[in-house]
Amino acid sequence: MAKMTYIKAITNGLDQVLQDDPKTLIFGEDVGKNGGVFRTTEGLQDKYGEDRVFDTPLAESGILGMSIGLALTGWRPIPEIQFMGFTMEAVDSVGGQMSRNRFRFSGDVTMPITIRTPFGGGTHTAELHGDSLENLFIGIPGLRVVTPANPYDAKGMVISAVENNDPVLFMENLKLYRSMKDEVPDGHYTVPLDKANVVREGSDITVVAYSAEVNEALKVADKLEKENISVEVIDLRSLSPIDDETIFASIDKTHKVVIAQEAQKMAGAGAKVASDIAENDIMSLDAPIGRVSAPDSIFPFAMAENDWLPNADDIEAKVREILNY
Amino acid sequence: MAAKSKHVVDFAKIKSTMSDPYKKPVQVIDENGKIVNQELFDQFSDDELVTLMEKMVWERALHEQTMNFSRQGRLGFYAPTYGEEASEMGIAHAMKKQDYLFPAYRDLPQLIQHGATVKEGYLWSKGHYQAYDYVRRGVRAFIPQIIIGAQYVQSAGAALGIKKNGEKDTVAYTFTGDGGTSQGDFYEGINFASSFQAPEVFFVQNNGWAISVPRKTQTAAETLAQKGVASGVPGVQVDGMDILATYLVAKEARDFVVAGNGPALVETLTYRFGAHSSAGDDPSRYRTKEQEKPWFDRDPLIRLRKVLTDKKLWDQDKEDKLVAQYKDEFKDAMKDAEAAPKQKVSDFLKNTFEVPTPDVAADIKKYEAKESK
Repeated sequence: MAKMTYIKAITNGLDQVLQDDPKTLIFGEDVGKNGGVFRTTEGLQDKYGEDRVFDTPLAESGILGMSIGLALTGWRPIPEIQFMGFTMEAVDSVGGQMSRNRFRFSGDVTMPITIRTPFGGGTHTAELHGDSLENLFIGIPGLRVVTPANPYDAKGMVISAVENNDPVLFMENLKLYRSMKDEVPDGHYTVPLDKANVVREGSDITVVAYSAEVNEALKVADKLEKENISVEVIDLRSLSPIDDETIFASIDKTHKVVIAQEAQKMAGAGAKVASDIAENDIMSLDAPIGRVSAPDSIFPFAMAENDWLPNADDIEAKVREILNY
Repeated sequence: MAAKSKHVVDFAKIKSTMSDPYKKPVQVIDENGKIVNQELFDQFSDDELVTLMEKMVWERALHEQTMNFSRQGRLGFYAPTYGEEASEMGIAHAMKKQDYLFPAYRDLPQLIQHGATVKEGYLWSKGHYQAYDYVRRGVRAFIPQIIIGAQYVQSAGAALGIKKNGEKDTVAYTFTGDGGTSQGDFYEGINFASSFQAPEVFFVQNNGWAISVPRKTQTAAETLAQKGVASGVPGVQVDGMDILATYLVAKEARDFVVAGNGPALVETLTYRFGAHSSAGDDPSRYRTKEQEKPWFDRDPLIRLRKVLTDKKLWDQDKEDKLVAQYKDEFKDAMKDAEAAPKQKVSDFLKNTFEVPTPDVAADIKKYEAKESK
């Protein structure tokens, strides 16, 4: 057990899977000698050699396309796309190709590929770096889309993702990389890819969130506790699939829900959660479903990010609105 | 200002000469059946010449019978291979069982030569999951790719996988057409395989047309063979209507890449005699009979038939019997394809994830209930 940042926890998880399975390969832009532009793969090439951890030419479709060929020849690829905004270049490789192969070949061909990519606002990156593009990927059958919200989950989930025999889009939050430290166990452990986590129990209202918004929700829960308002916070962890069971169990208890996400509101994970509740558990609610999200504009210019991103204040306001309905 | 005199760089000269090394298509027999390179011709035994002819006759018969089925409404999407027999069978003849094949949609004949069945080809056209049963039998081939270009990046990964596995005498093969060379993935695939010095042969079957768009619209480059040079990949043109030349070049390319020299690129000069697909494409909208004529004169079967007939290795009777025999086999294959089991949506759902997600699991139940009625 050691205190680790979110990013070090991922590095530690990658180290573990490289050690456990000689067929795992890490590759992408700058992941070798440089250890990644954020140092997520730091030290791994030195430890496992250039055959296992290597740089590629600069081309995202090439990186994810070659992952398919490597998987076909028996390898377990862990490609990195340097920023989630760059995944736009490789949508066919993900949606048109790797995610369809289990289906195409009736299970005879599997694609155990984990695509790691950093995303998320608040770090004032250049355009098309921090965009939350999960809304684009959660509509792809055959693809799992997951994102950890803390260091413990980051390590356990990256190990689960690599060990999973289907393609997984593993989204790493840029802002959380170095802003969060937590106790992380040594060695091998896993965190399930499809189980939401009740990170804080409460009885008056449920806030469903993921990634950095989980921390914003926890701030709200802390603050409202002083007013004797008990907020339950659920970290989705997985955006595709959504773990409805955990959400329904919570709202059956609290009867109120607010769904918070950093991404735009249109066609996203929050919309799926709201739709699942509306379809299957609406009678548990005694107030409308509350939504907190970024507005449906293009991801903003860096200097305006903080005006655009939803934060604890936005969640608090929505929680109060739903509580007072 | 300096006086206007010599160019600093003579771009015009570079442009006018840059394609020169690539504009020498390898040829063994010309369109009149004349042996133009005796030394290369002498590499073939009589048996091998007959085998190559038989393969082209097989592909032509497959095309004819498949078009019949298509007209009868018994097939879905089919991309005619008429005219490309030398290119496709010449390359297929150079492949070995252990090679990985990444075909595109017009490459079903090579896929079948590599171990898929005609029945599977028909099921692919009709849209049935058993089309891909060849993988279950250990045939090293991917799907006939629809997203043109994707096969280039995927096969580059397979070539790297072969190299990392330490498999000797094994290559990845992929195909596209002249239109495919315009895709970004085309270049990315060649460049990746080159960067990794992986064992791959990239084929461009330049049949002159991407549906209605002529080759010259795809690029101002004079050849497609030169498309490799920017990635450090040697390229060559071959007369794709000459199966002897195509086979020898494909074999040479294979020998070169398995020796660890990195990938190679081969452009076969061929022609799509028919439509782009059996689904409503009408070539008379975009090309004339006069434009087609010189290519029909280069029909790959005519020239080898003449050579073999002169050598008393072939006659029309033999060919007619073969065609009849092949067509009977294709008819049987079609019957088998038509007897394929009804597909179940519940099976598709079961093959979406290894461990079904809750939504998928619920759908499996729903569809199993429907299907049991």
